[in-house]
Amino acid sequence: MRYLPQTETDIREMLETIAVDDIEALFSAIPAEVRLQRPLRLPEAMAESELLSELKRLAAANADPDRYLSFLGGGAYNHFIPAVVDQLISRSEFYTAYTPYQPEISQGTLQAIFEYQTLICQLTGMDVANASLYDGASACAEAVLMAVRAARQRRKVLLSGALHPEYRETVRTYCQYLEIELVEVPFGADGITDRERLTELLDAETAAVVVGYPNFFGVVEPLADFAAVAQAAGARLVAAVAEPLALGLFKSPGELGADIVAGEGQSFGIPVSFGGPYLGFFAARDKDVRSMPGRLIGETVDRDGKRGFVLTLATREQHIRREKATSNICSNEGLCALTATVYLALLGKQGLREVAQQNYAKSAYAKEQIAALPNCSLPFAAPTFNEFVVETDAPAAVVLQRLAGERILAGIDLHRYYPQLANRLLVCVTEQNSRAQIDTLVAALAGGAA
Amino acid sequence: MKGIGTSGLILNEKLLFEHSAAGRKGYSLAQLDVPESTPPQELVRDEIPGFPELSEVDVVRHFTRLSTWNYGVDSGFYPLGSCTMKYNPKVNETAARLPGLAQLHPATPQSLAQGALELMHGLQGALAEISGFAALTLQPAAGSHGELTGMLMIRAWHEAQGRPRTKVLIPDTAHGTNPASAAMCGYEVVPIAGTGGVLSAARVAALMDEDVAALMVTNPNTLGLFEAEIREICAVVHARGGLVYCDGANLNALMGIARPADMGIDVMHFNLHKTFATPHGGGGPGSGPVGVTAALEPFLPKPVVVRDADNYRLDDDRPQSIGRMRSCYGNFGIMLRAYAYIREMGGAGLKRASELAVLNANYIRARLEGTFDLPYQGRSLHEVVFSDKNLANDCHTLDLAKRLIDYGYHPPTIYFPLVVHGAIMIEPTETESKEVIDAFCDAMLAIAAEAQDNPALLHAAPVRTKVQRLDETGAARKPKLKWTG
Repeated sequence: MRYLPQTETDIREMLETIAVDDIEALFSAIPAEVRLQRPLRLPEAMAESELLSELKRLAAANADPDRYLSFLGGGAYNHFIPAVVDQLISRSEFYTAYTPYQPEISQGTLQAIFEYQTLICQLTGMDVANASLYDGASACAEAVLMAVRAARQRRKVLLSGALHPEYRETVRTYCQYLEIELVEVPFGADGITDRERLTELLDAETAAVVVGYPNFFGVVEPLADFAAVAQAAGARLVAAVAEPLALGLFKSPGELGADIVAGEGQSFGIPVSFGGPYLGFFAARDKDVRSMPGRLIGETVDRDGKRGFVLTLATREQHIRREKATSNICSNEGLCALTATVYLALLGKQGLREVAQQNYAKSAYAKEQIAALPNCSLPFAAPTFNEFVVETDAPAAVVLQRLAGERILAGIDLHRYYPQLANRLLVCVTEQNSRAQIDTLVAALAGGAA
Repeated sequence: MKGIGTSGLILNEKLLFEHSAAGRKGYSLAQLDVPESTPPQELVRDEIPGFPELSEVDVVRHFTRLSTWNYGVDSGFYPLGSCTMKYNPKVNETAARLPGLAQLHPATPQSLAQGALELMHGLQGALAEISGFAALTLQPAAGSHGELTGMLMIRAWHEAQGRPRTKVLIPDTAHGTNPASAAMCGYEVVPIAGTGGVLSAARVAALMDEDVAALMVTNPNTLGLFEAEIREICAVVHARGGLVYCDGANLNALMGIARPADMGIDVMHFNLHKTFATPHGGGGPGSGPVGVTAALEPFLPKPVVVRDADNYRLDDDRPQSIGRMRSCYGNFGIMLRAYAYIREMGGAGLKRASELAVLNANYIRARLEGTFDLPYQGRSLHEVVFSDKNLANDCHTLDLAKRLIDYGYHPPTIYFPLVVHGAIMIEPTETESKEVIDAFCDAMLAIAAEAQDNPALLHAAPVRTKVQRLDETGAARKPKLKWTG
C-alpha cells in the first residue's frame, strides 16, 4: 500500500528495538473478549484507477451540471468560481496543516484568517468577526446562545418565520435542553416579518430577535426598524445572512443596527458540493467579544518587534474553560474561510458590487418575465435580492417535476417547509444564469398553463 | 545540528488591504445581458471603505507567499498527538472536484442525486462495520459537533424513559470539547480521576448513581492507553441506567482490531479528518459522523440516508429525532474523501494502518523513554505521552517544541492531557517511514542534550522561522482582531 512506507525489514528492526516478538504483542492491553476475531467485512482495496472509475460512476448518477439549468438557491448558491481560488487553496501548505497551534510555522493560515476576519467585519459592518463556525445554520444557533448568555437573565428568543427553515430547526435542536423559550414571529402578506406581532411578543424576558437578511424568501427585511424595536425592549437583534453576496449591494446589517450577524459564506468561492463543507461566519460588537464562540486571530509582535499573528482570547474556549466555555467548537471551517478570503480578494471592491448588481438585475428580469405569465404571480411585493417566490396555478411539486423532465431545476418547493404554501416555489437567479436560460425557464413555466 | 531545518528564502508580504490600489480588480464578469436594474436607493450601501483592490497577479503572489510560511503534513513530520496527522491522499482531492459531485446542489431532487446518496449510504455502512454500531448519522461537521449530537441523543433517550438525569461523568484525561459538549445539553459535569492513567470500574461504580446520564470516555484515551476495564465500566454504567459515550478521536489505533460497540459503548463520534485521512485544512473542515446502538437509532438527527429496494432517499419522517444539527446533510465533500480512502485501503489495509500506527508510536517510545520521563508506563497504542521532567536547566516543554521547529519538525501536542505536567504527546501515524521517525527521535535526543549543554538554544528557539516567539499575552491584553488601516 503506497501510503504505508514500512518495509518488512523496517518492521523487524523496530520490533527488536521495542523488544517484542510481533506487532500482535503491542495490542496485549486489549482484552481478548473485545478483540474483533474476524476480518472487517469491507470491499477489497481498489487501485487508484479503479477508485476514480467508481467515483465517476457515482458522480454520473447525479444530475449533470452541464445538462441541467439550475435556479436552485435556498441557502446554497451557484456563483462563478475563478480558477485562481482552487489553485491557491490547493497549496498543500494550507490544506494539510492543522489548527495553527504553533504560530511561528502557521503564519500563512494566521494572516489569511486575520484578513478573513477583517473582510467579514467590512462586509457586515460589525466590529469583530471570528475565524469561522460550521455553517450558516449552526452559526445562527451559536448567535442565539451568545445573545442569551450576554443578556444574563433573559431566556426568550423570537425567531422570524421567514428565517431559513433549516436555521430555525437547528436553533431548536441546540436550545432544546437549555431552558430557552423560542417563539416564532409570523411573516406578513408581503413576505416581511410581521412588525406588529414582533412588537407584541417582545418583552422584558426577550434576549434576542432573529431575522433573515435577506430572508428565506429572498426579501430584504427592514432591519433598521427591527433593530430599533428590539433594542428598545432591551433585546439584541441577530441578522442571519444566508446569501452574503447581497451585502455587496444592500446596506450592511451593522449599519442598520444589528448586534450579531451570523451567516453562510458558501457564496464566496465554495462549491455547492451537496451541502458542505460550507462556511459559518459570525460577527458581533466589541462589547460582546468575550462572549463570542469560536477562535479569534489577533495581531501581535515577535521578540524582534516584527508583526505576527496568533490565536487569542482563548480563555473563552473549550480547551481552557471546558464546561464553562462559550461554545464546544474546536475544528472550524478554516479552509473554507481561506477560500472566501481568496474569492473576496479577487472580486475586490468593484467586482463584489458588480457581481451583486448582476444578480439583482438578472433576478429582476426573471421576476418581470414570470409576473407577466398568466399562470404565475409574485405573491410578495417587498424588494428582493437574487431569489424570489413564485405562485403557480398547480402544486409546486408538480411544476418542479415537470420542469425537471425538461432538464430545468426551477426552484425549491416551499410546501416542504410551509404546509400552507402548496403552490409556491423559491426561484434563484444568479450571474451564472444567462438571459437565454431565464427565457427558457419562463417559457417552461408558461407551458404549464396549457 | 542535524535535522532538515534551514532558513530558506522567506519573502515578506503585507496584508491584502495594504496592497490595494484604487480601480484594480482580479475578476472578470460577462457583460450584463438583461436590462440594468437597481434596488431602491435607500436600501443600497455605500462603497466599503478599505475593501481590497488587487489584480489577479497580486492575489496569487499574496497567498502563495503566505502558504510558504505554513507547515503541513506535505511539508514534513507532524506528530501532533490526538490529531492523527496522517498523509492526505491526493486522488481524494481529485475525486472531490468531479463536477457531478462538487457542483451538485443540495436541493437537487433526490432522484437526480442518487450517486451522492449511494456514496453516503456506503460510507455509513463502512463506518458501521468498522465500529460495530447499528446506525449512523453523517450530519455533524466536526468532532465536537458530533459530541454535541451524541450527547443530545443520550439526553433525548433519557427524556423518553421519563427521567432526564442531570450529570455526566468525564475523566480528567478528556478533551476539553467533552465537558463543553455535555454542558450544551444542560448537564452538570463530574470529573473522574484515573488510576495509573486508566479508569477503573470500581471508581466509576462509586460515582455512578441514578442522576448520572452518561460517562464520556476516550478509548484509547489521550495517554495512548487502552481502557482495559471498558467492558466492566460499561456494565456498571448500564446497570444504573446510564449510557456510555466514546470520543472517537483515537480510533486510528483500533480499526479491524476491536470495535467500540462490542465493548459496550452506546454512542461514538468519528473524526473523518483524523482516522480517515481527510485534510485538516488549517483548522477544518472536518466531519464528525456519530454511530449509535439500535436503542438510540430513533433519536438520530434528521434527515437520515436510507435505502429502499433500489433507491436511496433522505428520511425526514423521524418523530423522535433530536432535530437538525445544521443545514443540508453534512460535509459531503469530506465524506467523499473518507469514502475514497476506505475503498482504497480495503478492510485489510485499514487494519494494517492501525497496526503500523501502533508500531510507530511504540518505536518512538522505545527510542526516547530512556531520556524523557514517561509518567504512565502502560502499553502504548497509537500515541505516547512524555513529560518535561528530565529536561535540564530550566528548559520546558514549550522550549523543546520550539527547538523542534528549528530541526524541521512540527512539534507534538503540548501541555495536554492536563494530568501530565508539561505533557509532550506524540502521535506519529502509520504513514511515516522508519527513516523519518529515526530522524525525529535523533532530533529529540539532540535537543535533550542541548538542554544540558547549551540551554540558550532552546530558550531562543525558533530562530529559523519567519517570526520568532510571539507576544501572546500582549495579543490578549489589547486585542487587535482586524486591520484598521
